[in-house]
Amino acid sequence: MAKRLDGKVALVTGGTSGIGAGTVERLASEGAQVVFTGRNEAAAKDICEATGATFIKHAVDDADGWAEVTERLTSEHGRLDIAFANAGTEHGDASVEDVTVENWNAIVGVNQTGAMLTVQHAIRMMKDNPGGATGSVVINSSMNAHRAMGNYVSYSVTKAAIVALAKSAAIHCGNQGYKIRVNAILPGVVETSMIRNIIEQSGDADATRAIYEGMAPLKRMGNVDEIAALVAYLGSDEASFISGAEIVIDGATTAGMMGV
Amino acid sequence: MSGLGERRLEGRVAVVSGGLRGIGLATVERFVAEGAQVVLTDLDAEDSAEAKSVLERLGNSADYLRADVTQESDWERVSNHVRDKHGKCHILVNNAGTDLTGAVESLAMEDWRRIMSINVDGVFLGTKHLVPLMAESGSEVKGGSSIINVSSIMGLVGMSEVSAYNASKGAVRMFTKGIAAEFATKQMPIRANSLHPGFVFTPLLNAGFQRWVDSGAAEKAEDLVAMVSGNTPIGRLAQPEEIASAAFFLASQDSSYMTGAEIVVDGGYTAV
Repeated sequence: MAKRLDGKVALVTGGTSGIGAGTVERLASEGAQVVFTGRNEAAAKDICEATGATFIKHAVDDADGWAEVTERLTSEHGRLDIAFANAGTEHGDASVEDVTVENWNAIVGVNQTGAMLTVQHAIRMMKDNPGGATGSVVINSSMNAHRAMGNYVSYSVTKAAIVALAKSAAIHCGNQGYKIRVNAILPGVVETSMIRNIIEQSGDADATRAIYEGMAPLKRMGNVDEIAALVAYLGSDEASFISGAEIVIDGATTAGMMGV
Repeated sequence: MSGLGERRLEGRVAVVSGGLRGIGLATVERFVAEGAQVVLTDLDAEDSAEAKSVLERLGNSADYLRADVTQESDWERVSNHVRDKHGKCHILVNNAGTDLTGAVESLAMEDWRRIMSINVDGVFLGTKHLVPLMAESGSEVKGGSSIINVSSIMGLVGMSEVSAYNASKGAVRMFTKGIAAEFATKQMPIRANSLHPGFVFTPLLNAGFQRWVDSGAAEKAEDLVAMVSGNTPIGRLAQPEEIASAAFFLASQDSSYMTGAEIVVDGGYTAV
């Protein structure tokens, strides 16, 4: 039986863990040839073996390094159909009163500039696809784009910024006549290894887990495969009329209040 | 790993209101193609040519009930039928809707009441009468049962001389968030999301465009299609199947963590 993403080439940034790794697996299972980037070579090796995907060591905010990513995608695959701008960080973030300018700049560099570079290079590749300028770009924002956190100013601001990035890029592609769609997804708290580490190292794992699970009215965190399923849908031709959209996937966390 | 098989709707029972034409019909056809049993409702007589020809195409996978979404007794009949025939319900698409245009000071109270009745009361009543069965059936399915309320981009942004339709579709959006928070808080296995199509080639759109032509707002419907296409980044209007594929995503277990959310399917119209 034909798979939904047969013949498509996909790029996932930050693909060595969490939502990125789950998306590499999902896209590959649906027939796509997947190239992913990141910094953790050891984790990447396991993912390549498990999924057949290809790894390119590259930090998303390394502007010069994008030339190699582009060159390898072009020479090895000859096209790009799906790009998932996923790499992100909250390392060193704090409140607006306390954050250091170094940490602010580092988070802006990865979450915002890195996402822009991903979208920019993806569109440049997709517009030259054999058969015409086609493709789907998905940006991993966060529900915190809609509901900022007081103690994570850089994360909240950058995640809001990249929703506008998706819309601007979608409009640009329309203006140029490219059949390239650009959308943002806004996940809630997802049970990634990063979150699991925070829980385990919190001193009271049960209590910390309960806090994370209690954030969503659904009373659980999202799973990586649930976010990957949304990326696969947006990447596929099923979503042919969706562009410039922001899709929340958060177990009703930002839909409203739980009631009394 | 979840394969395509798991994404499909075998063994699921779905109810789709306004299922004989447009987005509703495309959704019914998609659900049937994915293996679901579908009960569709609309206003046409049960022995009408329209109903017969749709059912003929769908074979044993669908049945049709004439039901007016504004009538509580009709929804009771639909709910009883689904329970008697299938004993379960996993998917409800509150799709039936109508439109109304005109300067606000010229709208007749009865016309306002009519659009609110169809677009808002209809969504409330469908939800009210299917929720008990959907709550029972939801534990069989990853992510639970799924309610898909068809709003519109007109539930997100205002438009001149569309105020009544704007109000009705905005109500659908917020009703959906309210029930999503409620079901999740109570741990009832039902998700609820709203779908916001932009301009789609449907009988409702054709009728609306024709009214604009009749009122002198445009010379011919093709001019309106060209104007809307020009204002849409994707550069065209949607086909009903492109909305149905979003309904299918929300109906399937692939959207198991989505509730209280919105999917805008408008080719970028409201991003501009």
